[in-house]
Amino acid sequence: MYNFTYSNPEMLSDAEHLLGTGESPTLLAGGQTLLPTLKLRLAQHSSLVDLGRIVALKGIVAEGSCLRIGAMTTHWEVASSATVAAAIPALSQLAGMIGDPQVRHRGTIGGSVANNDPSADYPAGCLGLGATIHTNRRDISADDFFVGMFETALENGEIITALSFPVPEVATYVKYPNPASRYALVGVMVSKGVSGIRVAVTGAGNAGVFRDTAIEAALQKNFVADAVPESGVSEDTLMSDMHAAADYRKHLIAVMARRAVAAATS
Amino acid sequence: MRRITMTVNGREITCEVEERLLLVQFLRETLKLTGTHVGCDTSQCGVCVVHVDGQSIKSCSMLAVQADGRSVTTIEGLMKDGEMHPMQAAFHDQHGLQCGFCTPGMVMSAIDLLQKNPDPTEQEIREWLEGNLCRCTGYHNIVKAVRQAATAISRQGEART
Ligand SMILES: Cc1cc2nc3c(=O)[nH]c(=O)nc-3n(C[C@H](O)[C@H](O)[C@H](O)COP(=O)(O)OP(=O)(O)OC[C@H]3O[C@@H](n4cnc5c(N)ncnc54)[C@H](O)[C@@H]3O)c2cc1C
Ligand code: FES
Ligand code: FES
Repeated sequence: MYNFTYSNPEMLSDAEHLLGTGESPTLLAGGQTLLPTLKLRLAQHSSLVDLGRIVALKGIVAEGSCLRIGAMTTHWEVASSATVAAAIPALSQLAGMIGDPQVRHRGTIGGSVANNDPSADYPAGCLGLGATIHTNRRDISADDFFVGMFETALENGEIITALSFPVPEVATYVKYPNPASRYALVGVMVSKGVSGIRVAVTGAGNAGVFRDTAIEAALQKNFVADAVPESGVSEDTLMSDMHAAADYRKHLIAVMARRAVAAATS
Repeated sequence: MRRITMTVNGREITCEVEERLLLVQFLRETLKLTGTHVGCDTSQCGVCVVHVDGQSIKSCSMLAVQADGRSVTTIEGLMKDGEMHPMQAAFHDQHGLQCGFCTPGMVMSAIDLLQKNPDPTEQEIREWLEGNLCRCTGYHNIVKAVRQAATAISRQGEART
């Protein structure tokens, strides 16, 4: 690991200031992606600004028809929260499927969403539930947030502070985990609620998470598992690697979507 | 360099460390607590699991400076009055190890499971140990050991009340 300076401010305003100082500063949340990357010298930063002591970035609250989760809330806290389980059980389920218990004890929702790994679970959770990402500067809808593989709408110096999820009528997340890494080979979040039907797919797309509009349209007419058609996306836009070929991933999208709808309607 | 203070296995320690020093390096190289192992570069194997403020974490994926002000327990901190922790005794009784390389991480992880779920099923044990890889045992005896420890710890609890 290349060396860096380290700070762990208690105030968000101090973190903002520190993030604007030096050559190549970056934020440290749970460190479950950043530290392995630094260890392999795949990245180098002049300074790490640890968000771990900023109390305002933690916590889970149900506000009317909305669930708000602070950026520094760990996967473990989301998975074991009674508030989340009561409002959006699909989200508890999703968080409980990330990696292993030790990764869940450290990894955070803000870090996962900021990282936008094409096989990560939370991007599908956010897009599939129509979440809003709150930052120190603005609110960004999930539809606009996930731009491409490891790419988001976040600007330099922007910090995710919290995420809001509208409480759906029904929602389910189903994931086919890569047997080695536990990341999603294909993961699908299906939800039905105020913003209609949303079907978000992770693990498959070349450009990261996306909505499968063909499956959404079919479910709009008839919200039952048997109504789920083949995925509407072209195989050219899907990942093909040693873990799975594009046609297999495409097949899995419909299978996962069917299972999700079956669970949501049972 | 940064000055940090933490409690390791009940002992308070203050040290100057490099910012980039991993907690596992601090434990192994600075404090010579080599019971905690390193088995991979990808945060996947779990041989480095220790407890920080009672919670199991991978010490290869946390900086020493992030443990400032916290309490760390390693495999060396489990013996009490010359007696093995019930989880260690159970691994011994059930042959839950062969080469022993994964064992410190397995034991620390399994103890955290029982803190959260004192009576886990075989399935729950296997799911919990997702992040702990063993190349030798085939896991069966590890699962048996965790069941034995769960029973032993609940008996201890009953004996005390
Ligand atoms: C063995 C293993 C298995 C895993 N399995 C899965 C899995 O199955 N599914 C899955 O989805 N993920 C998985 N992960 C990744 C895990 O969920 C990480 O916790 C997550 O990707 C990053 O979150 P973090 O809090 O650890 O962020 P960090 O690693 O600290 O940061 C990640 C990036 O986000 C930036 N960042 C962090 N917080 C903010 C913020 N508030 N605002 C703006 N930028 C920020 C950082 O600067 C950094 O670039 C796994 C990781 C490991 C090591
Ligand atoms: S050394 Fe492999 S997970 Fe820590
Ligand atoms: S006993 Fe050898 S790796 Fe588990």
